[in-house]
Amino acid sequence: MGNKKKLIINGAIAAVVYAVVMILINQGLLSRQMMSIIIPICVYTMLAVSLCLVVGFLGELSLGHAGFMSVGAYTGALFMIRTQEVLPSIVSLIGGLLVGGCSAAVMGVIIGVPVLRLKGDYLAIVTLGFGEIIKSVINSMSVTGGAKGLSKIPLLTTHRSFTAVFILVLIVIIVVANLVNSRHGRAVQAVRDNYIAAQAVGIPVSRFKTMAFVVAAFLAGMAGVVYAGNIGILKPVQFDYNMSIEILVMVVLGGMGNIRGAIIAAVILTALPEVLRGTSDYRMLLYAIVLIAMMLFNNSGIKQRIMEKRNVNKADKAKKEA
Amino acid sequence: MLSGILEQLINGLRTGSIYALIALGYTMVYGIAKMINFAHGDIIMVGAYSLYVTIGMMGLHPVIGILITIAVCSILGVTIEKVAYKPLRKAPPLSVLITAIGMSYLLQNLALLIFKATPIPFGSIIRFPAVSIGPINISGITIVTLIVTTVSMVALTFFINKTKTGRAMRAVSEDKDAAELMGINVNRTISQTFAIGSGLAAIAGILFISQYETLLPTLGALPGIKAFVAAVLGGIGSIPGAMLGGIILGIIESLSKAYISTQLADAIVFGVLVIVLLVKPSGLLGKKKTEKV
Repeated sequence: MGNKKKLIINGAIAAVVYAVVMILINQGLLSRQMMSIIIPICVYTMLAVSLCLVVGFLGELSLGHAGFMSVGAYTGALFMIRTQEVLPSIVSLIGGLLVGGCSAAVMGVIIGVPVLRLKGDYLAIVTLGFGEIIKSVINSMSVTGGAKGLSKIPLLTTHRSFTAVFILVLIVIIVVANLVNSRHGRAVQAVRDNYIAAQAVGIPVSRFKTMAFVVAAFLAGMAGVVYAGNIGILKPVQFDYNMSIEILVMVVLGGMGNIRGAIIAAVILTALPEVLRGTSDYRMLLYAIVLIAMMLFNNSGIKQRIMEKRNVNKADKAKKEA
Repeated sequence: MLSGILEQLINGLRTGSIYALIALGYTMVYGIAKMINFAHGDIIMVGAYSLYVTIGMMGLHPVIGILITIAVCSILGVTIEKVAYKPLRKAPPLSVLITAIGMSYLLQNLALLIFKATPIPFGSIIRFPAVSIGPINISGITIVTLIVTTVSMVALTFFINKTKTGRAMRAVSEDKDAAELMGINVNRTISQTFAIGSGLAAIAGILFISQYETLLPTLGALPGIKAFVAAVLGGIGSIPGAMLGGIILGIIESLSKAYISTQLADAIVFGVLVIVLLVKPSGLLGKKKTEKV
């Protein structure tokens, strides 16, 4: 498939999704409950796509994504609270998004530079530790309201401003997709596939690792601001280990390194618990099983056979066409 | 002042020796399967709950309860290995890591479903009089903990160094293929390692719950992570390193809780991990590994 054709198809999908959601919102066809999950779906899509950059393309496991999200959410929310009477709301929102994203990115640099010298298991556990540290620091600060939480955040990103949020989601997806297909993105994937070989051909490994990590942190911070502007109150406990795992499940279920898959998984996993009420007790259990089952399936003989069959079919088709 | 510091040191020794027991499980599994068993911390939790079920609910004799607990944890450890880790032995490390996290999450949420999120109070099963030496007061639990952990560690060292199974474990962790060629059953050796590691985690869980006296589905997570820090500090893969790392970490934690800040103690422990990984990633007693293409 040509690049142009792909672009047109993806653009058409985005336009259709936007039109359908707008019609549903404006015609009042949705229940209150369905209405309330539109923005969370967007938030989780942004989070899943940004984590996809780290887990899928950089090949490192970050368990502190909720930490970056919380940094962005808190700083963005504070900015919006302080500026809500001075600035028009759209300026305040854009400012909040930038402030939130940048502060999460700064945190990404602070954490990333030392941590990204590590690999694999070590990196995972250190990011987990940092996520917990961020949570406890927010908990002990007075400007964030501590454990009581930060309330009275202006509701700038509810479903009424779906257009703005949708544009933001598109920007996030385009940024990540373009980054992955760029020279830098190929370098990042080379680091993932074989970092010694990547080093040998002259790719500055730690610089590219840090870059991917910081971009992901920036996007997660923006997602945090949207989250804050939707629910209006922030508490440190919302950003715990469970949330990082939830985002990870979306990336894994979507097929690591597959942006479209991550988006679909984010939409389904956010909508499903709301649609199937009463299963909330089993939700986390199901996530755990999904993680294990996906990994076992990915590395099992069944998948290998399916892939082989697909490759054979493709080869046959190519032969016929020739 | 001096007696205060001594008392803190003894407290640190007590917590540290529990960390050391857990860290041994991490380090043995890492040495032999080259993976970090994230679910190890949650085996402590399973141990604590099964002690509660056998003694608190069924009213069995404590000794029987302890034996059942150790058996349950060992079997659980072996089952986890067989079901989740064994099919992934040749898979990329990221897959194994995600599976291990999934396993840890699965155990926590199963406990949450069965026992609910409300903390369950559970009195200590250890009744041992406190001893005071001069101005220093040592509680009964501390004495029992120190005795139990010392005995376990001595027994483990003996087992690893002197018995045939222990030698097989060392051989497999040195070179899996060569060990197989020498006629060692690698699968069985790995299962045995998981069984012993989980058994030690069960003992740690019993000691832990005797000290904190409250059951929670997430009680294993934090000591698990701290014990992992201890294992890294001592050099992951090294058995004496895990013991040393655990005790050092326990003392650091207890001193920073007493003299710096209770809230920041966890942050300090993680700080230790970051510093160790950046300065000496192989740990205090670990072997340096050169990376080959």
